[in-house]
Amino acid sequence: MKIFGSAADRPPARGTRLRSGGGALFSRRRRGAGARLAGNTAALAGLVVLALIAAAVFLGGTVLPHAPLEIDLARALRPPSPSHPFGTDAFGRDVLARVLHGGRISLAVGFAARSISLVLGLLAGTLAGYFGGRADTLVMRLADVTFAFPTLLLLIAIMAVVAPGPAALCAALGAVGWAAMARLVRGQVLSARGREFVQAARAAGAGHLRIIARYILPQCVSPLVVVYTLGLGMTITAEASLSFLGLGLQPPAPSWGGMIAAGIPFMRTAPWLTFFPGLVLSATICALNLAGGGLRDVLDPRASLAAVVHGRVGRPPAARIDTKGAGA
Amino acid sequence: MIAMLVFIARRLLMIVPILLGVVTVTFLVMQVLPGDPVLSLVGERYDEETLARLRTELGLDRPLPVRYAQYLGRVARLDLGRSFVTGRPVAASIAERFPRTALLAGSAMLIAVTGGVLAGVVASWRRFPWLGRILMAGSLVGVSIPVFWLGLLLIHIFALGLGLLPPSGFGGGSPRYLILPALTLSFASMASIARVTRAGFLDAEAEDFVRTARAKGLADRTVLGKHVLRNALIPVVTIVGTDFGSYLGGSVLTESIFGWPGLGRLVVQAILQRDFPVIQGAVLFMAVLFVLVNLLVDISYGLIDPRIRAGGERP
Repeated sequence: MKIFGSAADRPPARGTRLRSGGGALFSRRRRGAGARLAGNTAALAGLVVLALIAAAVFLGGTVLPHAPLEIDLARALRPPSPSHPFGTDAFGRDVLARVLHGGRISLAVGFAARSISLVLGLLAGTLAGYFGGRADTLVMRLADVTFAFPTLLLLIAIMAVVAPGPAALCAALGAVGWAAMARLVRGQVLSARGREFVQAARAAGAGHLRIIARYILPQCVSPLVVVYTLGLGMTITAEASLSFLGLGLQPPAPSWGGMIAAGIPFMRTAPWLTFFPGLVLSATICALNLAGGGLRDVLDPRASLAAVVHGRVGRPPAARIDTKGAGA
Repeated sequence: MIAMLVFIARRLLMIVPILLGVVTVTFLVMQVLPGDPVLSLVGERYDEETLARLRTELGLDRPLPVRYAQYLGRVARLDLGRSFVTGRPVAASIAERFPRTALLAGSAMLIAVTGGVLAGVVASWRRFPWLGRILMAGSLVGVSIPVFWLGLLLIHIFALGLGLLPPSGFGGGSPRYLILPALTLSFASMASIARVTRAGFLDAEAEDFVRTARAKGLADRTVLGKHVLRNALIPVVTIVGTDFGSYLGGSVLTESIFGWPGLGRLVVQAILQRDFPVIQGAVLFMAVLFVLVNLLVDISYGLIDPRIRAGGERP
């Protein structure tokens, strides 16, 4: 694999081309990536569903006649009907409006938390991978300890002691997710550090920061996109779980997990209160997993290499897709 | 044999700093983060005198390093403090509740492994590709659907709708009460085991030794049982280890939905009552359990695959 590794990795985006064949291979791989994404029905379906949910959540809320917090006890606990497609809750609030509004918050919290993890992971991973030594040991031990906790339990422990709210939630979710990102970045940095274009840059007198920013970090982009997307589903699930337990977003603000928890006493009489928020939540996570799995097939250099080797560009080997758990 | 013992000893040494880190993190989370446990203990109405007395009682008036040292000492003696609410030792509550969570998680794991391997094997049959597609789509839903919503759906269908099973409760551990929560807790893990098993089967089918076995005329059953299955099941062991954390986290949600009086329910009650020593103790206990289970997985890996014993990472 090592022999192929250097050829299949793309050379630095704007760096000097060190091998004559590098440019050709680069563009071939890029075309392959686009073609593979177009040929991956499952991934496309995921992206389309995701786009639909995002559009509904961010635009739908502004079109709907009802506000998520608008209380009208005269129409409490109405089953789904044309004027209230998802029914109304015990306060007569429109469940559809609340689901859409809650989705806006869930997606925003998810992206914010993943971005915090990304920044922390980039910093820690680069520190560990590029400088090595004690920094490496320290970062990796901290990552081991983070991985030692069942994620939801660590989040429960943190959220139980802080004042609940969106900011605290993002910080906790982001902090818990740093370790996976850091491990990934460290691995990429380690493998890029010894490559010829980095040595060439160093020989040409480039400083550490310049080498990291221009020659090493671009190598991390593809795997980071994949991990970011796949982790987004887990982060949104974790947020919903915390809100379900009363440790996340606080009522009356709508959140998917909180709405499901609030609907439990009415399960017999008004099952739509728990059904619809959960349905939209599950669809979102399903779509994220499909899209993330597809992106991995398209962007993962090893997967694309396998496709080239097996002469199956456009459809990576079936077994490969499943080994990490997503993409049907 | 000696290599195996050395391997086990090395793994045991490796978890010492991790366990210390876990204890430190649970300590720090409860101490440093904003929020005064004493304030939440006394509630809205309090006077300075009570506050000061409680602080001394809980040792909160001493400096952080002292408290940390004391905490380490207490944890080493398996003393996890007392509940703010009931005054009961946390360790006693955990000891009482844990067997029920172990029953639930153990049953769930059994369902996940048998169901997952079965589904994965069936999904790898090339003769019925549509069956594989349906199963893989189902497993995608399985890994995506949040455990608490799945639990509510199952309650709705099997308890409220069909009236086949009780919607919640413990029932003295009777199987009727166990089925729904165990199924709920097992679902995500079953789905990922099905995926890994299918991938393992497809990979192994392509291996040279399998082709050789077929070429020399071994029966299908022998080839599958002896050559394919054994190789395909190795990654399943890893999944069981890594998923154990989601069993523990998932038990908090599952037990709260089904009113299962285990460790998870203890945590949920403690959250509602802001009973910090209980949360801290239970989280620490489950994290240590998670570390130990993964140690066992590592060791069993060494038993299965000699390459790992020799110092390699597990695949």
